Amino acid sequence: MLLIKCPYCEEERPELEFRNAGEAHLVRAASIVEQSDDDFAAFLYFRQNPKGLQFERWRHIHGCGRFFNAVRDSVSDKFLTVYKADEPRPNVEQLIVRPAASAESTEEPDAKRAPRAKKAEV
Amino acid sequence: MRKYSVFALAREALRAHKGWEQQWTSPEPKAEYDVIIVGAGGHGLATAYYLAKEHGITNVAVLEKGWLGGGNTGRNTTIIRSNYLYDESAGIYEHAVKLWEGLSQDLNYNVMYSARGVMMLAHNIHDVQVFKRHIHANRLNGIDNEWLTPEQVKEFCPPINLSADARYPIIGAALQRRGGTARHDAVAWGYARAAADRGVHIIQNCEVTGIRRAPNGAVIGVDTNRGPINAKKVGVVAAGHTSVIMNMAGVRMPLESYPLQALVSEPVKPLIPCVIMSNTVHAYISQSDKGEMVIGAGTDQYTSYSQTGGLHIINHTLDAICEMFPVLTRLKMLRSWGGIVDVTPDRSPILAKTPVPGLYVNCGWGTGGFKATPGSGNVFAHTIARDEPHRINAPFTIERFTTGRLIDEAAAAAVAH
Repeated sequence: MLLIKCPYCEEERPELEFRNAGEAHLVRAASIVEQSDDDFAAFLYFRQNPKGLQFERWRHIHGCGRFFNAVRDSVSDKFLTVYKADEPRPNVEQLIVRPAASAESTEEPDAKRAPRAKKAEV
Repeated sequence: MRKYSVFALAREALRAHKGWEQQWTSPEPKAEYDVIIVGAGGHGLATAYYLAKEHGITNVAVLEKGWLGGGNTGRNTTIIRSNYLYDESAGIYEHAVKLWEGLSQDLNYNVMYSARGVMMLAHNIHDVQVFKRHIHANRLNGIDNEWLTPEQVKEFCPPINLSADARYPIIGAALQRRGGTARHDAVAWGYARAAADRGVHIIQNCEVTGIRRAPNGAVIGVDTNRGPINAKKVGVVAAGHTSVIMNMAGVRMPLESYPLQALVSEPVKPLIPCVIMSNTVHAYISQSDKGEMVIGAGTDQYTSYSQTGGLHIINHTLDAICEMFPVLTRLKMLRSWGGIVDVTPDRSPILAKTPVPGLYVNCGWGTGGFKATPGSGNVFAHTIARDEPHRINAPFTIERFTTGRLIDEAAAAAVAH
């Protein structure tokens, strides 16, 4: 079970109190009538689904009831940060603590993958 | 390849079993193939097998980043059924069940298909209405499905709890007698052996890191951790990692990848004679031939590639199992695991050409792809070989999410997702 920090309640609570609400920062067009079918499908159905860092929405449904956003690594399930719904998308590059160049880090073709969170320190 | 038979068994019994040959070889990748399949799970291997068997295309490589059948093929709960509501779904899943019925003979490999019946329990009026609608729809499509009264449920599956005091009492069930289970590993191995025998190269520990394209956009091959491999046709059958692979070709998919967990108990004597599914309490259970209770849970609520999920999910499933089968309350669970399932918005798969010439995709099977393995491989091989879909998979396009012509099993399928 994930332990999730609600940015409104400002404390970590178990995942059971929260409802995941999918990819964050999807913006509904001001006028969907004028939008092309392709653009509307992209908004409605097509998702980034990255292996690595992703922006996602959560709702603290059994707590304050409010929506907020989070940055989570979809491989380790580790949260990098949470932020309120009206706050801008954080700069992921600043959140990642890059490990010193090692054999392991050069192995991954970084450019082709979504960025990853730093591995948990042992 | 030497055929498996009772005579082969007798011969090897006399030779201390020293004459069995390797089921498939592990060749070095060639510089070029006619077709590359990305992913050596059941669906990918079946695709390669039918390409070779039915379309005469044997210059095929199946690339697998891990080991053969190590993804969702080896992680599912092995349930087979075709009692889907919509005509399109009935078409593809029934195509698969018909192939399951003769698969062991076709592959010369015992995939242990066991038509022990899949029984879906109804706990409330809504379930009754939905299942009866399914039964009628299925029978119109020539698919067996029948309604059982509570007494018939008890007769078909004696250990079930019919008590009216249950939190969710059982007031009937839909039964597909041709549904059942098969040995999931044997399916991957059987297809691998039969495909390799026809000249298909199965290359494990070979991860695709890029899709190479000509200036006009057409596919010309893939980059892998073992160097570039050329092919004018690439079929992506990568389950939970489909979005990652398709992103290499710049194609965004209507997919999200979720962890789905399952667990097995310690082995016990034969107790549960069929597959039991319950939508309302959300659990499904069957007993393997080894004696383990094989139990499936729902997906976790968040997307992930971690192949693991929360303990509260399987705990919730076991609550439901113990409610239905009080006799199982003291059974020890041996192990649990997770797989990453690629889920589409309408919960129906995508087997289609893509906007990129030469790139084909077979994905979106979500929480229920194992049952479709033979049918999926069969029509996907047709799609790749002829560069046009088979009649059965023609509706399962990516474009349906733009046109709105969904195959909306999300609401209609007999199980919760």
